[in-house]
Amino acid sequence: MSAALEVLDPGPLTLVQDLGRRGVAAIGVGRSGAADLTAYRLGARLVAHDEGLAALEVVLGSLVARVRGGDLTVALTGAAAPALVDDRPVPHAAPLHLRAGQVLRLGVPAAGLRTYLTVRGGLAVPEVLGSRSTDTLAGLGPAPVRAGDVLRVLGYRGPFPNVDVAPVPPPTADRVVLEVRTGPRHAWFARPDALAAQTWQVSSRSDRVGVRLEGEPLARAQRWEGTELPSEGMVRGCLQVPAGGLPVLFLSDHPVTGGYPVIGVVVPSDVDRAAQLQPGQQVGFRWRG
Amino acid sequence: MTSRIDLRVLPMGEEALLVEVADTAQVMALAAVLRALVEAEEGPFGAVVDLVPAARTVLLHAATGTDLGALATAVESVAARTPAVPGADDDEDRVEIAVAYGGSDLAEVARLVGLTEREVVRAHTGSTWRVAFCGFAPGFGYLVDGDPRLRVPRHPAPRSTVPAGSVALAGEFSAVYPRSSPGGWQLIGSTEMVLWDLDRSPPALLRPGRAVRFVEEP
Repeated sequence: MSAALEVLDPGPLTLVQDLGRRGVAAIGVGRSGAADLTAYRLGARLVAHDEGLAALEVVLGSLVARVRGGDLTVALTGAAAPALVDDRPVPHAAPLHLRAGQVLRLGVPAAGLRTYLTVRGGLAVPEVLGSRSTDTLAGLGPAPVRAGDVLRVLGYRGPFPNVDVAPVPPPTADRVVLEVRTGPRHAWFARPDALAAQTWQVSSRSDRVGVRLEGEPLARAQRWEGTELPSEGMVRGCLQVPAGGLPVLFLSDHPVTGGYPVIGVVVPSDVDRAAQLQPGQQVGFRWRG
Repeated sequence: MTSRIDLRVLPMGEEALLVEVADTAQVMALAAVLRALVEAEEGPFGAVVDLVPAARTVLLHAATGTDLGALATAVESVAARTPAVPGADDDEDRVEIAVAYGGSDLAEVARLVGLTEREVVRAHTGSTWRVAFCGFAPGFGYLVDGDPRLRVPRHPAPRSTVPAGSVALAGEFSAVYPRSSPGGWQLIGSTEMVLWDLDRSPPALLRPGRAVRFVEEP
């Protein structure tokens, strides 16, 4: 039997994710993929396998999994959930060599939302349209991970990792400032600068579709008041502003098209930081032009 | 003289451009030309990963690090050469969809547009529709070029469940629900055809540019 990861407890939400789908947006299928691509890519680097292999995206920690059928090399990146292997603490953002039968147990991260558990070789779940990602909006890809799932790991040839630990700052619980570029419908707003002039709060209704923000609603410019925007293509990072004036920052499972104006587009590396914001956390924006 | 497409290129972050044109007919004309260039990986179009037509816009989503300025210039020069009307129907690629008319809103649609139910069916089957763009759900195609008498508003309150295969109208569009979902369109019939099948390549029966003819089931 090849090596596998047996999930004893998936915690609040654990999904399989990779780099997502390309080239199918025209038929209504978005990219999906890891919400924090920086953390996902770091995981691949730490276990020294190719980018694009499937890993676990664990929301608010609490995952418990047992190694079966062989030894595994894994890494934890993203939100720094305290981790134990057979009750001994193990480091974050470092390659870990686990033997068959050992149990990995994650606590709840103090800061950040999504921890990536990357297993060298990647998880062998079936591909859908070129990706193993779960798209929660389109309902594509593997079902959320459940207790009792045995996730087979693909064999991988190649040099073993030679990195001990990656010096990467983990997500913070403090106020985060995200850089944003002018969006296509910037001029639809009375004072676009109002986006950057206030501190927003992350709503508990946020998910992989988008980070919903609470604050002082953004008013439309008089000329565009009550105007309906015909649906148009969206990308990850779009700050879409529905009629109520409270922006939604689109993450990986955003709809392919949307019918509300986009005031700005957050730069890709900062979308990764946004994917780590916990409900209630404070967030600001800075225009990059 | 045929007019050419006039467009505005709008910023959409570091990897994409949003190209805005006057109407859906221009979107279809421009998207058809761009799709061919992207498939042929012609010059800067080789970097385009996703091309997403919509009602008034075409989104070009390019690979990380693409020179968006060069891409915008290339789009502008293509548009300046593209007539502002869609090309002729590609009949070889036309799909026929057999429909059992009589959906829960057929009577209401007939009342709204001032036709009999039979006339609504004849209007819906009487012309060739075309997929302008997809969205809302995987495989959900927005069909245009139908009989202009069939314009109806959406339901004021969307239904929580519309069955898969429902044939529907809203605004200038017709559509077929690829799977059961919430929806606010007016339902005039249903089809047994499978609109979305992951074991088919591509999985969507209706993809941008495709010609569609509805046929009444006997």
